Amino acid sequence: MHATAEATRQLVRMRGRSYVAFVFTPEIPIVGWLAEIDSTLARSPGFFVGKPVVLDLSALDLSRAAITHLVGNLEERNIRVLGIEGVEPEKLTTSMPPLLTGGRSCVITRTEPAEKAAEAKPKPNSLLLESPVRSGQSIVFTDGDVTVLGSVGSGAEIVAGGSIHVYGTLRGRAMAGVNGNSSARIYCQKIEAELLAIDGYYQTAEDIDASLRNRPAQAWLQGATMKITPLN
Amino acid sequence: MAKVLVVTSGKGGVGKTTSTAALGAALAQNGESVVVIDFDVGLRNLDLVMGAERRVVFDLINVVQGVAKLQQALIRDKRLENLWLLPASQTRDKDALTDEGVGRIIAELRTKFDWVLCDSPAGIERGAMLAMRYADEAVIVTNPEVSSVRDSDRIIGMLDSKTVKAEQGERVEKHILITRYDPARAARGEMLSIDDILEILATPLLGIIPESQDVLRASNVGSPVTLNNVDSAPARAYFDAARRLMGETVNMIVPTERRGLMNRLLGRRAA
Repeated sequence: MHATAEATRQLVRMRGRSYVAFVFTPEIPIVGWLAEIDSTLARSPGFFVGKPVVLDLSALDLSRAAITHLVGNLEERNIRVLGIEGVEPEKLTTSMPPLLTGGRSCVITRTEPAEKAAEAKPKPNSLLLESPVRSGQSIVFTDGDVTVLGSVGSGAEIVAGGSIHVYGTLRGRAMAGVNGNSSARIYCQKIEAELLAIDGYYQTAEDIDASLRNRPAQAWLQGATMKITPLN
Repeated sequence: MAKVLVVTSGKGGVGKTTSTAALGAALAQNGESVVVIDFDVGLRNLDLVMGAERRVVFDLINVVQGVAKLQQALIRDKRLENLWLLPASQTRDKDALTDEGVGRIIAELRTKFDWVLCDSPAGIERGAMLAMRYADEAVIVTNPEVSSVRDSDRIIGMLDSKTVKAEQGERVEKHILITRYDPARAARGEMLSIDDILEILATPLLGIIPESQDVLRASNVGSPVTLNNVDSAPARAYFDAARRLMGETVNMIVPTERRGLMNRLLGRRAA
């Protein structure tokens, strides 16, 4: 058994596709028109970089040399001409951009992001809770500090990106500096916490010195150790 | 204007059903028209405590599902003509309750009664959520011990977030009712003190019900303690609490057992 490998014919597939291009219509005098292009470039350099540009010369009657000169001038300004419209085919050489026909005009939408309409409101960087935080409630605020005017119940949880202030008894869990903010602290009027954590370092109720209980205290990080000290 | 009041606690066995029956009967004895609803579908008890278990025909679920009319399911108390019971179903479970169905029933009861007392099941699941859903006021029944207090704290948080009032930006008025309180044990430090409880829960106190044999005795004969023995210490405490619910100012005291001379002399039996 011998199979001969049959040469498979490679199919050349062609598809049509349309793109949006800038169309320049130069005017006489060409020097003045180029100066206009220069002032546009001065206002926004790189405006035409990477954009397809087509020259529409139907309003002009330029010689082959003049067309070559114009295209060269545009290339000096980093504007590459994709094609030329509105000239007789014999005026173009093979080194020039090809002749284009059948173009339809359309509206060019600017791709540059428009100037930001309004400055976004600065996000609040603290959260104030005026009522007690009850058992089972979980307050998560990763953008900054959390202040509680009441108590934090046993089984409640406060998670803050910044520091935590409790102007009542802290009986639940408090986790400060959760985004890696090791300078965050936890302050409370009375400490009976189940768990305190700052930037991942934590202490449970068992680890908290019994002499601190029921007193105003703060917790902070010193390197990799959590310090809990009485306030005043 | 009718008031819908939920009696709830989170924890089981603290005295929700006893307190619902006692407060309902006390309010009725003060001339108010009262309906008590048992939300503990599948584990109903309120009918027993009210002594109406032999007269249950239709129940809350039948009314929710439209099988029976509200008038058919309501049971009038034999002792107080302005006290009514809407019993729970014992054969169904809490999933048979629907939010719209409960809302419809509560709205209808509001037009007929001065007080609608909802006896919540323990826990924080569907039954408890629907019992508190339409409440205007809440009585949180708490025993003087840490687990009960923490569960009460959890329930208060839910009253502030999961009720219709809370969702409309209003507040459910909340009251703490401390039950099974033993002044002697509290004095010896064997129980949480009233101050500790109120400090933790940060909610006003409605009343303190002393631990008493009268409560068990009353429920055994199928009668709210405020009907069975109106002079007993717990009954007097519940009467005071009911008057506070009606807006009166009543001094907060813990009623104690009234003992006769012989009782006082022979009160301490040698072990």
